Amino acid sequence: MPGLTFTYSVDGNDYHKAGEASRSAKFTLKKLGLPPEVVRRVGICMYEGEINMVIHADGGTATLTVGMDEIEIALEDKGPGIPDLELAMQEGWSTADSQANELGFGAGMGLPNMKRYSDEMQIDTTVGEGTTVRMKIKIR
Amino acid sequence: MTVNELTAAMELEIFALPAPENSITGAYCGDLLSWVMGRAEPGNAWFTIMSNQNVAAVAVMADLSCVILTEGVRPDPQLMEKAEAEGINLLGTALSTYEASVRLAATLGP
Repeated sequence: MPGLTFTYSVDGNDYHKAGEASRSAKFTLKKLGLPPEVVRRVGICMYEGEINMVIHADGGTATLTVGMDEIEIALEDKGPGIPDLELAMQEGWSTADSQANELGFGAGMGLPNMKRYSDEMQIDTTVGEGTTVRMKIKIR
Repeated sequence: MTVNELTAAMELEIFALPAPENSITGAYCGDLLSWVMGRAEPGNAWFTIMSNQNVAAVAVMADLSCVILTEGVRPDPQLMEKAEAEGINLLGTALSTYEASVRLAATLGP
C-alpha cells in the first residue's frame, strides 16, 4: 500500500512510558487532518498493541502507513508469542503480571479492543519467536 | 455543559484544566484502562481512582473531555504533568464514584 509511513520504536518493560508511540502517532494523524473518529480508532488500536508489546514482549516496532483510503498499523515484536490465540481473543483473558495490574492494565481487553476498533485484523504468532499484528482502519 | 461549568457546579478540585471549554457528552466509570478505552464515548467525563500517568494516555486516546479522580484520590505528580502537557482536564472530588456519578447526572440533566 503506497502512502506515508511512520515507524516507532517501543521500549519494553517501562510501563510508565507506555503509550508514547501511540500519542506521537495520534498527534501526527491529527496534523494530517484525518477525521477525528478515524484518528481515535487508530490511537486506540495502536495504544493497545503498544501496551501488549511493553507488558509481554519487551517492546518492538510499530509502523503506521497512511494511504488514501485506509491506515495500516503493523506491530512487530520478538516476544514469547501467543500459545492459544482463541483464548487470548476472549474478553477478560489476561496473562499480565501484578505490576501491570496495579497500574490498571491486564483487563484482558487489549486484543478485543483492537479487533473492535479496526476494520481488519490479522495476527501472525509463533511461540518462542514473536508476534506481528496488522490492523487496517478505513478512512470514511 | 463544559468542563469548566461542571467544575463549578460540582465544586471539583482542579489539578489541571488546560481545556476548560471541552464539552461533556456523558460519563464513564472504571479503573481498568482497556475497559475504559474500549467502552467510553468521545467527550465522556471519566470517573476513576487510578492516579498514575497512564490515565492521561487513555484519556488522550479515547478523546475524553475530562478525568475526575474520586474518593479523594490525589494524582501522581507525573500524571499532573502529563495532563497539563497533553491537554487533559484532571479534576478531583472527595465523593465516591457512585455519588459523583449521581451528582453529574443530576447536573447534566435528562
